[in-house]
Amino acid sequence: MTVVDLGTIRRLVSVTVDDVEHRVPEGATIMDVLDDAGADTPRLCQAPNLTPVNACRVCVVEVEGSRPLVPSCARRVEDGMVVRTDTERVAHSRKMVLELLASANDLSEAGDDVARWQIEYGADPERYGPPGPPAAAGERGNRHAGHHSLPDGETRATVAQPVTVDNDLYVRDYARCILCYKCVEACGTDAQNTFAIAVAGRGFDATISTEFAVPLPDSACVYCGNCIGVCPTGALKSVAEHERREAGTWDPEGETVTSTICSFCGVGCTLELHVQDNTIVNVTSPHDHSVTHGHLCIKGRFGFQHVQNR
Amino acid sequence: MFGAGGGTSAYQEVEETDLVLLWGSNARETHPIYFHHVLTGLRNGAEMYVVDPRRTSTARWAKGHLPLDVGTDIALAHGMGRAILDAGLENRAFIERATTGFDEYRRTVEQWSVERAAAVTGVDADLIRETALAFARADRAQLCWTLGITEHHNAVDNVRALINLALLTGHVGRWGSGLVPLRGQNNVQGGGDMGAIPNKLPGGYDVTDDAHRARFDAAWGSSVPPVKGLHLSQMFEAMERREIRAAYVVGENPAESEADVAHARALLSGLDHLVVQDIFRTATAELADVVLPSCADWCEYEGTVTSSERRVQRVRKALDPPGLARPDTEILCDLARRLGHDWGTPSAEQVWDELRSLSLDWHAGMSYARLEAEGGLQWPCPSLDHPGTPTMHTRLWERDPALRGAPAPFAPVEHAGPLDELSPEFPLRLTTVRRLDSYNSGVQTGGYASPLRRDEALCLDAADGLALGLHDGERVRVVSRRGAVEAPVRFDAAARPGLAFITPHFSEQVDVNLITNEAWDPQSGTSEFKATAIRIEKLSATVRVPVAGS
Amino acid sequence: MDLVLLPDAATDAERAAVDGVVGTVSEPRRDLLLPAFHAVMDGVGWISRGALSYVCERLHVPPAEAYGVATFYALFSVTPRAPRVAHVCDDVGCAAFGGEDLCAAMEERLGAPGERDDVTWTRSPCLGLCERAPAVFLQRASASPPSEREGNPDATRALESSPHDDEPGGDHAQIAPATADAVVHALDGEDVPGPDPVVSTPQAGAPDLELLSRVGVVDPADLDSYRAAGGYAGLRRALAVGSARVVDEITVASLTGRGGAAFPTGTKWAAVAGSPEPEKYLVCNADESEPGTFKDRVLMEADPFALVEAMTVAGIAVGARTGYLYVRGEYPAAERAIERAVAEARRHGYLGDDVMGSGRVFDIEVRRGAGAYICGEETALMNSLEGRRGEPRAKPPFPTVAGLFGRPTVINNVETLVNVLRIVAEGGPAFASVGSGRSTGTKLFCLSGVVSRPGVYEVPMGTTLRELLELAGGVPADLRAILLGGAAGSFVTPDQLDVPLTLEGTREIGATLGSGVVLCFDSSTDFAAVLRRIAGFFRDESCGQCVPCRVGTVRQEEALARIVRGREIGGRTVELQLLRDVDRVMTDASICGLGQTAASAVRSALALGLIGEETS
Repeated sequence: MTVVDLGTIRRLVSVTVDDVEHRVPEGATIMDVLDDAGADTPRLCQAPNLTPVNACRVCVVEVEGSRPLVPSCARRVEDGMVVRTDTERVAHSRKMVLELLASANDLSEAGDDVARWQIEYGADPERYGPPGPPAAAGERGNRHAGHHSLPDGETRATVAQPVTVDNDLYVRDYARCILCYKCVEACGTDAQNTFAIAVAGRGFDATISTEFAVPLPDSACVYCGNCIGVCPTGALKSVAEHERREAGTWDPEGETVTSTICSFCGVGCTLELHVQDNTIVNVTSPHDHSVTHGHLCIKGRFGFQHVQNR
Repeated sequence: MFGAGGGTSAYQEVEETDLVLLWGSNARETHPIYFHHVLTGLRNGAEMYVVDPRRTSTARWAKGHLPLDVGTDIALAHGMGRAILDAGLENRAFIERATTGFDEYRRTVEQWSVERAAAVTGVDADLIRETALAFARADRAQLCWTLGITEHHNAVDNVRALINLALLTGHVGRWGSGLVPLRGQNNVQGGGDMGAIPNKLPGGYDVTDDAHRARFDAAWGSSVPPVKGLHLSQMFEAMERREIRAAYVVGENPAESEADVAHARALLSGLDHLVVQDIFRTATAELADVVLPSCADWCEYEGTVTSSERRVQRVRKALDPPGLARPDTEILCDLARRLGHDWGTPSAEQVWDELRSLSLDWHAGMSYARLEAEGGLQWPCPSLDHPGTPTMHTRLWERDPALRGAPAPFAPVEHAGPLDELSPEFPLRLTTVRRLDSYNSGVQTGGYASPLRRDEALCLDAADGLALGLHDGERVRVVSRRGAVEAPVRFDAAARPGLAFITPHFSEQVDVNLITNEAWDPQSGTSEFKATAIRIEKLSATVRVPVAGS
Repeated sequence: MDLVLLPDAATDAERAAVDGVVGTVSEPRRDLLLPAFHAVMDGVGWISRGALSYVCERLHVPPAEAYGVATFYALFSVTPRAPRVAHVCDDVGCAAFGGEDLCAAMEERLGAPGERDDVTWTRSPCLGLCERAPAVFLQRASASPPSEREGNPDATRALESSPHDDEPGGDHAQIAPATADAVVHALDGEDVPGPDPVVSTPQAGAPDLELLSRVGVVDPADLDSYRAAGGYAGLRRALAVGSARVVDEITVASLTGRGGAAFPTGTKWAAVAGSPEPEKYLVCNADESEPGTFKDRVLMEADPFALVEAMTVAGIAVGARTGYLYVRGEYPAAERAIERAVAEARRHGYLGDDVMGSGRVFDIEVRRGAGAYICGEETALMNSLEGRRGEPRAKPPFPTVAGLFGRPTVINNVETLVNVLRIVAEGGPAFASVGSGRSTGTKLFCLSGVVSRPGVYEVPMGTTLRELLELAGGVPADLRAILLGGAAGSFVTPDQLDVPLTLEGTREIGATLGSGVVLCFDSSTDFAAVLRRIAGFFRDESCGQCVPCRVGTVRQEEALARIVRGREIGGRTVELQLLRDVDRVMTDASICGLGQTAASAVRSALALGLIGEETS
């Protein structure tokens, strides 16, 4: 029996998960219930500070009465709901989502959780054949919706393409992009409301893009880096991190993370300084802080260089 | 406000309000994360009005933009007050129960018909009326301001004029209704709270308050002078009178940031002794006899800062400081030792706990452990079991007069335009503004490569530029009553005829404070950065060219 | 909001095109994004940076989002291309029936797709003209080709002879059956004759028709003709008995949605009618794009007033004041017929502020799709109407709770709505007496492929597949398989012809009525090509939002390619397992019906041994 605290007083409803009954406040998601019960529910497009888009489908569960599986991140509990996570169907879909993504994307920087889930669910991306050649820079963004050339199946299509470096602050490595929409949401109504990027194109050829794929400096981008903050796969990262990774000096094991407050305006944003070798390599903000909700501006995220021009 | 120098609302309140009135604030660029809360409020159905001479990116989100002439804020506020009274929309019950001085206020604004306010401010009368009535009719409203209100010779009067509007409508002291001065620096609130203003002790106690001062005297084993000290502008005047012969400047760069900066530099240079304690070799440090390199407190040492919603939060050490740099407290204690006082070597937490022992009303309940666990706390927080205070002055709504406490006074302030008046010789209004990616004099933000950064330029309305025979990008001489600088012009849609703007971020490109007005507000000491009268001269021609509309 | 626009300026022609749709006001009207893009496409032939920026400025839409919308739809181009484009159907209903031959001929005449900059051609998914294969859809912008515009960006050259003077911004046309000659002439501006509904409706004029009773009988352009055939009796009766009664009748009739999902219509109507929200919408889903389906097109072309009347009945019954009719972009004749009917109805007081003097308010806005199968999914369609990418939304909330613009919305397919007129006229019980179980009333079927008399047929629910084929000239000789229900349906074989065509009957044999597709193939069919086309279709039409469908449709197509080419990785059994795995995740975990059915036809074809041996 679990109680999920959502901060405000709500009616409690009864949900059964894998035969265990939970009393939870109305309005909680299935994922809230699972998290509180300590389940290790995989997730990629979900973030606590963003509206669920339920696009990745890796968190699916069975809900009695629903033929398709349902995304636990977005579905709100209802009284009497019966949920199963321990079925072969659930395991199969989770495995396949992880496998399909790994077959199309470079997930090598998607973090330990994703690596663990890949193994746990038995994802085997290699069975789709060897990866096809990477696309030339900008080519993927120029494909016309509704048209593709007939594949022969000898290689598997991927989203591999060169890294886009068009400004001094961050790079876009879209070979890693799983189209989770998080960056679009953070740039859009969930935080920054700048709308510099959106999903363009369709289907497998969809990309995250500025208008006409113009470089970021020609777009509305204000370099708040909130897209980086929410990116789950390393598709968006700071130039500092990119360069260290390229140079082989990236050292996540030696990294310390220290919370402090931004040194600029009077809003008082909590910064998490990620430090390697006495150098700030990244700045994030905790998603559960009432001031920032995990989001920063250009000064907070990138304006630290003055303390290391030593 | 009403005895406590801080905003009355928590940020979250703007998400749950019905009307946002942003006055002299380009929060979209200068307080971007606060503006996230504003945008959430707008998405939740709030309406926003923005008072700003420029059509800023903030103003472009507004339902109504009131492009007033620089320095006419009190006229606008009074015009709005009159409109509210004319419509009978003042909050009678609140006024009677929780305020004083209403009659005098009414008499003051009586003279400010909307039409007169429109004539003085340049804002359309209907728009003034619309904004006033929307503000008054809103169930909940947030009134926020920034430097557009405070960087004037009459900054405190400006603020009071806005407070009047909140009192008139009862938009203070309720969740969703309040006054929010958005602080320009991460600890301008905390610095004041710690007593770093001339008339206050730590915790907001007045230096003239004998009872409280006695506690400090006892704790410190010394005697705090019961007189109001000098603020920055007064210090420079005292330097001028040669009453101040030495200065110890900590974390401030007046040789760049002061208005009429040439004058300020001359005064600093003329001191017998100048000590500068800073993390940078600033322009001021260049003038110093002794430079004490200090840590960047926000990432190289421990401590607290206080935000615009009175939230005290911890800063922590993430980096080893460079070279000989040391924490400010260590330097101060060492200095004290050299001067014969052993203050020991207190940790940041020990310093904080001393404050808590003295700031009984605001900070006593804020232990480091609590600040850590609760993501900061909002003062007043008088005891360890007190949750902190998101919304201030809720007392004003108490029915019981004892709980209600002292009423909030209306202030019958008078409109007074910029001291640096426009004239045929100086026909154009220059105002200083800030950009999203840069910060004040630029010493901190100059360090990173912002893709947004553009070369400094005097931004002008295209019509003014063309009338002067200028082309976009042309270098000109910008002349004020105090001096002249050269700068390229840029035609910018955020300006309007008669109004030019420039930032203080890049003094190495355009040393704008050579021409700004040092005239300062006698109450706050803030200079009139926002209103400079200028003319523009073509570099190629010696003749003065007229400006549109003059 | 603080929009940041690219510095590129729109040309006068682009501005004129946009202004024609948007008028002179500048306000947040994202819902006009598709109409504005259509206007630019029709006028100029592609959407330039300047045009997009101008649209964004006028409608207050961030340019990155507008670009995301423009690139979502196949009929929009954000790169310069020939102003006149022939879309040649190579989908399952056309390819083997002249479509591939036509593609070859077009390549011979005009070079590769996109090669020429004055006129060109491209391959297209099903154009909904399957009864007259091979089919072609023409986009004819009024602009001159890019090469002629160089140095003179505003130059436009009117079509030599514009077949539709009311569309100065260019026009669209369909040719079916098409020949290369006819297509090339049409690209040069030659007039294209309108559709002949009778050809598409072999039963036309037969006495026992309900939905098709007026096809070929009334003049689709003439309200009087419609009224003479009993038109607007339904609305009159609906207004007389009141909304509650109308909703009851629909519920009693047990009418189910005819677009493919077969949801009970009365349930939707009752939910929206009962909602306390002040603003509600009715949406007619006329984005008929399921390969092999053309029934709604025929209804709209031949009997548009029936749909207008039915929408009016529905809108008033559920309390909506505005109905949106979202018609497929590749259906120019249907769109014109509907536009004309709406205008006529409005002129005669059948739409507007006082419908038939009842004091009730209802009007219809016609919106054009832009080449996206997914927009047939109801929530994707609503996003499209709102000026967004046609990505399906998560359900719940269902459209009856939060639909178009977040308001309670009834969305019904064209055929579903036309059924309403009969129910209102005869009452729910009479309707329910036809057919059985959940399958009541009559149903339209789209017969094509190797049948003698292809076209739309109306039969009572419960008619067997064999009886249906008999109507169309008999069971085709050498019949090998029938694609039943569309690309999202499944194949059935000649030994299953006695299946009763009901929701229940088809389910019993693991099939579905879907959108009423009955596409017949004989044993000469290259089923490998058919399956690859279906797999390619879903890969092209997946919106890309969810992983199972976005990547799964690609992997399905690749695996099929390997199987067909005998290049299996690890042998056929391993490949079939892989396909089953992909099938399962798409079916189980996709957001919407597209992904959930993207493996259906392939699965059934493999099971039936249409390529290689039977697999189950």
